Amino acid sequence: MKLVVCINHVPDTETKVKVGPDGKSIDTTGVNFVMNPYDEYAVEEALRLKEQHGGDVTAVSLGGDSHKETLRKALAMGVDAATLLNDGSTRDSFSIARALADAVKELSPDVLFFGKQSIDYDNAAIGNMVAELLGWPSIAVVVKLEVADGVVKAEREIEGGHEHVEARLPVVITAQKGGHEPRYPSLKGIMAAKNKPIAEKTPAAASNKVEVLEMRKPPAKSPGKIVGTGVDAVPELVRLLHEEAKVV
Amino acid sequence: MLFLAVAEQRDNQLKKTAFEVVCASSKLAGALGGEVVGLVIGGTVADIAPALGGYGAQRTVVVENEKLANYSTTAYAKVIAEVARQLNATHVMLSATAMGKDLAPRVAVRLDAGLAADCTALSVKDGVIVATCPVYAGKALIDVRVNSAVGVYTLRPNVFTAGLSNGTAATVEKMDIALEENDFSVVVKSTTQATGKLDVTEASIIVSGGRGLKGPENFAMIEELAGVLGAAVGASRAVVDAGWRPHDEQVGQTGKTVSPSLYIAVAISGAIQHLAGMSSSKYIVAINKDKDAPIFQVADYGMVGDAFEIVPALTQEFKKLLGK
Ligand SMILES: Cc1cc2nc3c(=O)[nH]c(=O)nc-3n(C[C@H](O)[C@H](O)[C@H](O)COP(=O)(O)OP(=O)(O)OC[C@H]3O[C@@H](n4cnc5c(N)ncnc54)[C@H](O)[C@@H]3O)c2cc1C
Ligand SMILES: Nc1ncnc2c1ncn2[C@@H]1O[C@H](COP(=O)(O)O)[C@@H](O)[C@H]1O
Repeated sequence: MKLVVCINHVPDTETKVKVGPDGKSIDTTGVNFVMNPYDEYAVEEALRLKEQHGGDVTAVSLGGDSHKETLRKALAMGVDAATLLNDGSTRDSFSIARALADAVKELSPDVLFFGKQSIDYDNAAIGNMVAELLGWPSIAVVVKLEVADGVVKAEREIEGGHEHVEARLPVVITAQKGGHEPRYPSLKGIMAAKNKPIAEKTPAAASNKVEVLEMRKPPAKSPGKIVGTGVDAVPELVRLLHEEAKVV
Repeated sequence: MLFLAVAEQRDNQLKKTAFEVVCASSKLAGALGGEVVGLVIGGTVADIAPALGGYGAQRTVVVENEKLANYSTTAYAKVIAEVARQLNATHVMLSATAMGKDLAPRVAVRLDAGLAADCTALSVKDGVIVATCPVYAGKALIDVRVNSAVGVYTLRPNVFTAGLSNGTAATVEKMDIALEENDFSVVVKSTTQATGKLDVTEASIIVSGGRGLKGPENFAMIEELAGVLGAAVGASRAVVDAGWRPHDEQVGQTGKTVSPSLYIAVAISGAIQHLAGMSSSKYIVAINKDKDAPIFQVADYGMVGDAFEIVPALTQEFKKLLGK
């Protein structure tokens, strides 16, 4: 089975976001970048399919040289090959999706994995965009997955429940937390990853449809008041919520 | 200028977010001088469409087909894009719900349109729409403009208020969209829904519990408080990772981002990843025994003390207030 995982390299969740000098993106000084957490789930599911069905897994990332770090991590987790679509330009999700779709077409996977969302811009769009560009079925926000006889059965999360969805291969899957916990790279894996090559390609130039005009911090929430200590303060809290905030 | 407002239904009932999308579209159409058309897709849904009239869509299009009774991302995306084309829609508006987020990227590709995802504000500046979208789980906001001829927007639930219907019934126009077998390459076979369970992304009040509750059995009191308030139960990652609560309740940067009118954080310390998911709530109540817990930095109303005493007392007090 041919498996491909698209992975992104993003500021870790500890990051205290500061707006950069261009006023349109974050100041990356001192920011630690990691593999997008949802993409770790995607890598894990891909590796599990390989373990069950045989085949190989290729990780693909679009971005500057720094993305090699995340590709190395994927290799260390057990991915067989890695491709960097080397491009440091600003791209909207459509433009990233187009570049990924072009690259993936050549690899013709049976299952193409994404994370459900990048935790930088939180678009949750690229997986299904690539699926539409390729004319493939897709199942997004998947917490459970089973592939047999050219058919994928998956469970995807919706508000307050799950949908049980079926599609034929080739298919796009976007991974949500809730399936298997991503494995940690083993020492052996880390050593092996050092010697695996990362193929580099240049994607077609960006053509964006969405333009960022400004990035800013949300209005700071001023710490409110301590209503009180212990049960004695409960009536006052209820009064405030009812009369002042008017939310109950 | 034509706004196609996609009105989501489940089990032949329009969702609250459907009215939010219609209402937000109608405000923009008013400011820009355009028309709003509501779109309802499903098995037999014509009789639910007129209700959109009271929120600003005097005209609705209904695409009914037995095969559309079950949700299919591929078929629904085709229907939306085809209707948009036939009506020359310039703006396609959806809710940022599980369904809307599934469809919007596909619709954007089909219409060669830019996508502004999970908008929390929409305004008009110099004749164009400026969409505000939270990024980094709400640690920052961006203002974006869609430069393509058609734009697709998803609107975060609960943020745009629908208000009350003015009672106008919309006209209903049935449209036939040709669908072939391969348009149904993905189909939902069945749905499991926790009965009566309100999702954190849809609730206007959330009561969340953290590790300070010491064990899954103690969430009974959180559920009871939530029950009295008609609220959803949320959780910190610590309790989800411990297996006390299902992960679909997790609030935070790697969980759900929520903006309810009231968020009650019980025995949650307020780690940066948790704050990212809930600090845009309108009002925040924190109950924590540690007066220095970071959650108090974002709380409008803080209660210092033992959750095991405060929560039951709070439930009683709300019962009194609400006459339950
Ligand atoms: C990559 C990554 C992603 C993450 N994503 C998320 C996310 O999406 N969401 C999330 O929530 N976390 C996330 N985290 C975890 C986060 O860093 C914290 O570990 C977590 O939020 C802590 O949960 P907590 O507040 O329940 O527990 P704790 O930090 O242990 O806090 C427990 C609190 O309960 C209080 N307490 C104890 N007993 C009582 C009592 N009897 N009465 C009242 N108060 C009491 C304590 O004073 C304390 O403040 C993430 C972490 C990482 C590394
Ligand atoms: N630059 C990138 N390179 C490779 N994959 C990406 C990139 N950006 C996003 N993705 C993939 O698309 C998913 C959804 O991202 P997004 O639509 O940006 O939220 C991520 O979880 C990744 O799997």
